[in-house]
Amino acid sequence: MKLRTLIAAASIAALGAGMAYADGSKVKVGMITTLSGGGAGLGIDVRDGFVLAAKGNDNLELVIEDDQRKPDIAVQLTDKLIQSEKVDVLTGIIWSNLAMAVVPAATAQGKFYLSPNAGPSALAGKGCSPLYFNVAWQNDAFYEAGGMWASDNGIEKVFLMAPNYPAGTDGMNGFKRTFKGEVVGEVYTKLGQTDYAAEIAQIRASDADTVYFFLPGGMGISFMKQFAGSGVEKNVMGPAFSFDQGILGAIGDAALGVKNTSHWSKDIDNAANKKFVADFQAEYGRLPSLYAAQGYDTALLLQSAMGKADVKDAAAFQAALEEADFASVRGDFAFAPNHHPIQDIYMREVIKEGDVVTNKIIGVASSDHQDVYGADCKM
Amino acid sequence: MSTILLIEQVLNGLQFGVMLFLMAAGLTLIFGVMGLINLAHGSLYMVGAFAAAAVAGWTGSFALALVAALAASATAGALVELLVIRRLYDRDHLDQVLATFALILIFSEGTRWLFGSFPLFLDVPAALAGPIMLPGGILYPLYRLVIIGVGLLVAAGVFWLIAKTRIGIQIRAGEADREMIAALGIDISKLYTMVFALGAALAGLAGALVGAIQSVQVGMGEPVLILAFVVIVIGGIGSIKGALVGSILVGLTDTLGGVLLPPLFATFMPASSATSVGSAVASMAIYILMVGVLLFKPSGLFGGK
Repeated sequence: MKLRTLIAAASIAALGAGMAYADGSKVKVGMITTLSGGGAGLGIDVRDGFVLAAKGNDNLELVIEDDQRKPDIAVQLTDKLIQSEKVDVLTGIIWSNLAMAVVPAATAQGKFYLSPNAGPSALAGKGCSPLYFNVAWQNDAFYEAGGMWASDNGIEKVFLMAPNYPAGTDGMNGFKRTFKGEVVGEVYTKLGQTDYAAEIAQIRASDADTVYFFLPGGMGISFMKQFAGSGVEKNVMGPAFSFDQGILGAIGDAALGVKNTSHWSKDIDNAANKKFVADFQAEYGRLPSLYAAQGYDTALLLQSAMGKADVKDAAAFQAALEEADFASVRGDFAFAPNHHPIQDIYMREVIKEGDVVTNKIIGVASSDHQDVYGADCKM
Repeated sequence: MSTILLIEQVLNGLQFGVMLFLMAAGLTLIFGVMGLINLAHGSLYMVGAFAAAAVAGWTGSFALALVAALAASATAGALVELLVIRRLYDRDHLDQVLATFALILIFSEGTRWLFGSFPLFLDVPAALAGPIMLPGGILYPLYRLVIIGVGLLVAAGVFWLIAKTRIGIQIRAGEADREMIAALGIDISKLYTMVFALGAALAGLAGALVGAIQSVQVGMGEPVLILAFVVIVIGGIGSIKGALVGSILVGLTDTLGGVLLPPLFATFMPASSATSVGSAVASMAIYILMVGVLLFKPSGLFGGK
């Protein structure tokens, strides 16, 4: 299960000739992500996005490892990358439980960690670290923005549904934090549940006008297909995770019209994003997902800091990362004091472009969104 | 809770149970006849779903997809029996578990190589899409009714096969005393391959039927496999009748537990904690059922031995 990619063949000649400029300092990056088993699609997209943005940079050496979505393996790989591979920066983790196992250990050993996906609240609040940067989002962001949009757009009665595990309950609490209407039903399903007939019957019987749900991966696919076949006429909303490009292909037309919150969409109108979408399709022959966008931005952020400071000088490199001086595919992007993003969260709608089911932005759900945990962060 | 909602939930439980039966029937036959614990049964379910999704993608025909699912999973089952399982009959259960667990990994990674890491698209055929109105004003998805019908038909077919045909007699004899029927001149290894392929085909059919309303992805078989094991333990290992009764019981318990328990807890608890406690107890319901059955019937409801 060892996957290893050396992006840059070491440019030994340049080093040997004593050409090491401050802005040409080499950085070795260890990427631990999920490349096999369930949820591998997310890790593969983060990796591909990162590799795309780092292409051609001879000063960035990348070592990629597969955590198989298992916390114990992720911890072993972290030790290996830090001790034998001597990496300077770690990145890649998709899942919050793996991030909680890896990030504190990595930062305690003086390594930078750039999160391309997971944003558990503990790492945004009390557990924040000067060396930890989240380039994606704090976990609650999409839900809080969803609650704001629903309140602003006349949605009054909502039926909530999520799997019965921390990310599910946290997400629903995030939505309730900002939603001003009434929650008429709330169901927590088994993690990994594949049949939602019972829940759909409850939704049909409720007087909700909108179903708001978070069911990642295969759970969301199953629910949407069954919901569409049930003939229940209610609006559907959720965070982008259940309606991302990799998933929409498997849901098909059943997802049309669904509203979902995201910090990125392929139709965000800026030059960086246009280039990213075009390059990604040319390189890999598929549409990029938000995970790919996050991997891409992570590599851009890292390279912007590499151009300003030497990674061996931790304070200077940290300051360079904090500037976030890169053209994000999301448009405006800045770090809050707790090293989590301040960014716009958009509302997208699932539409059909030709034969492809995809997302289109219909408005901003929350501009310059920032998480609520930063107040507890003492850096 | 209104009567209509309750009837709808009972139908949902029935449909879930019938699906479980297709998985559990193969599992219990293989265990009963060959004494083999086949953890890779869930992989055969996945093979059926992927074969159906691939063929439906190429041809656009759901009927062809079902045929492909049956053929692919039966072939995969027969191959697995000939290449691997055949060597395991005389070994103890731990070796069988180890080898069939390895098969799960091989099937999962093999499928990922062939089809990639992203879930495949398989939709309900247009003719069966959408809900229909049942007597009494119940709006119910047509496809789920069809699943119930197909499942019950297959159950009847399996009963007929076991009870009325020559092969069925051989299967039952093999279950009772494998040395004796070998001595009577019946080619026991051919019989085993056939039973294994039949079990695999049932699992593949379940995978294809369910794949149309769920997600066709790597690893989809394992959660169902666990439930199928619960079913055969409740029903009695080796008994087809037990598998059918056990499946329906588990299907109804799981569905109705999830619907009825949270409101039940809400009658004596604050609403917010009732939802989470009720959901947690509901996901335990089938295991509580299993413990209850085993307390009174240690070898399952229809387990003879």
